[in-house]
Amino acid sequence: MINISEVRETNDMIEKENLDVRTITMGISLLDCIDSDLDKVIENIENKICSVAKDLVSTGREIEREFGIPIVNKRISITPVAIVGGAACKTPQDFVKIAEALDRCAKKLGVNFIGGYSALVSKSMTKADELLIRSIPEALAKTDFICSSINVASTKTGINMDAVRLMGTIIKEAAEWTKEKDSLGCAKLVVICNAPDDNPFMAGAFHGVTEGDAVINVGVSGPGVVKEALKSVEGKSFEILCETIKKTAFKVTRVGQLVAQEASKRLGVPFGIIDLSLAPTPAIGDSVADILEEIGVEFAGAPGTTAALALLNDQVKKGGVMASSYVGGLSGAFIPVSEDQGMINAVEAGAITIEKLEAMTCVCSVGLDMIAIPGDTKDTTIAGMIADEMALGMVNQKTTAVRVIPVIGKGVGDTVEFGGLLGHAPIMPVNQFDCSAFVNRTGRIPAPIHSFKN
Amino acid sequence: MKRAIITVVGKDTVGIIAKVCTYLAENKINILDISQTIVSGFFNMMMIVDVGGSSKSFVELSSELEQVGQEIGVTVKCQLEDIFDSMHRI
Repeated sequence: MINISEVRETNDMIEKENLDVRTITMGISLLDCIDSDLDKVIENIENKICSVAKDLVSTGREIEREFGIPIVNKRISITPVAIVGGAACKTPQDFVKIAEALDRCAKKLGVNFIGGYSALVSKSMTKADELLIRSIPEALAKTDFICSSINVASTKTGINMDAVRLMGTIIKEAAEWTKEKDSLGCAKLVVICNAPDDNPFMAGAFHGVTEGDAVINVGVSGPGVVKEALKSVEGKSFEILCETIKKTAFKVTRVGQLVAQEASKRLGVPFGIIDLSLAPTPAIGDSVADILEEIGVEFAGAPGTTAALALLNDQVKKGGVMASSYVGGLSGAFIPVSEDQGMINAVEAGAITIEKLEAMTCVCSVGLDMIAIPGDTKDTTIAGMIADEMALGMVNQKTTAVRVIPVIGKGVGDTVEFGGLLGHAPIMPVNQFDCSAFVNRTGRIPAPIHSFKN
Repeated sequence: MKRAIITVVGKDTVGIIAKVCTYLAENKINILDISQTIVSGFFNMMMIVDVGGSSKSFVELSSELEQVGQEIGVTVKCQLEDIFDSMHRI
């Protein structure tokens, strides 16, 4: 039987260490909404989302209440809109109409975000893919709860440099369209390599074409819990350090598994995966950078940080895998800047640079995330940053991503405030040397030799 | 049987158990186990209960228990047992 100290341990994690389930994300296939008539597509999409997900938010709240665990976000991911709208949309503005319809669904259902305003163009772009990409700046400016992701590279296909170059420009345009709000549009736009089909986290969530009609994916969190656990093993060996992280990750993931199963049962939608991620928030004590400091570096970014992060990422997976029947999504530690107070402190102390963050993305679960850069950064420079990050993902057979925010009208020394979970960030300097001759080459970078495994 | 865990934490005072148990009895909630300690002046109690016999919904019960706690000046939480089982038992 459960004893009082176990109950206290669980409740302390929730009340004092910010343990929560970060998101229940319902994946919904919109393949059956396809039509050549735009109005019909929009009608089909609204009907489908609003019927399949009608109980998502209320069920999430019920589970929160009954188990006493906060579920921070209730979200929806959908089939990439470039596929769904491909037959009907003849202009970027047609795609914007779909984005607006999706935004209406999000508001009606009360979900935090709908992800899947996406295109998968890792080899090349169809006409529809390109129209969707070109519509992104306007779509993100005219909606509140839509997230967009573009998969421009994979280990199997190489890097679509035409798409990378285009995304450099699109990110700048999205920044321009939302310049009154510190270029917030870019916080809802991510460029990915090896995008998983079942990621529950934004901005990269979409419902892959390999998925069924609907699915429940759950993202767990808990950096604060790991940090607290590590306080008790200060100065101890790596063996003890790793064991502690693993055990904590196991406990956190078991809660995620329970919530996922309950949500799946109550909503009558199959359970997909648990995403074992340490997802920070701007709240004090809910930081991945703080864990790195607890492991032993003065600030995130100090020598040793990459090794500490590699260890953390690996132990989280090892502990979490046994706690869940299916693991997927991104699974690992996130290292966003603006969403992590410890990371913001590191930037302000001058301890971390974009180049160090890039190195860290080789061993963490995603990539350059929520980094504010000067608004006058050139399109080609952004494309160069994307290309570097895509190359890391392609060669290392992992997911990598870029979500940078060129804040129009601001430069190094300024700070931006995105609010809520997106946090605030000091603007980081970007390498000023030119890469336009590289980026302006057309075509794609071939897949690496070790991708040929057949 | 539907098992839940009730925790009561707060400054020790007369009648905490009495008030909580009265509420439980009125709502046909059976107590299966109680453990209680005082940690540096703070009252800490855990009860394992069966809420299967109550006609009220779980959400209703837990918010009413919260209210009972507020009246005495302690924090009362009621959670389904599964969350603790998941975390601490393989």
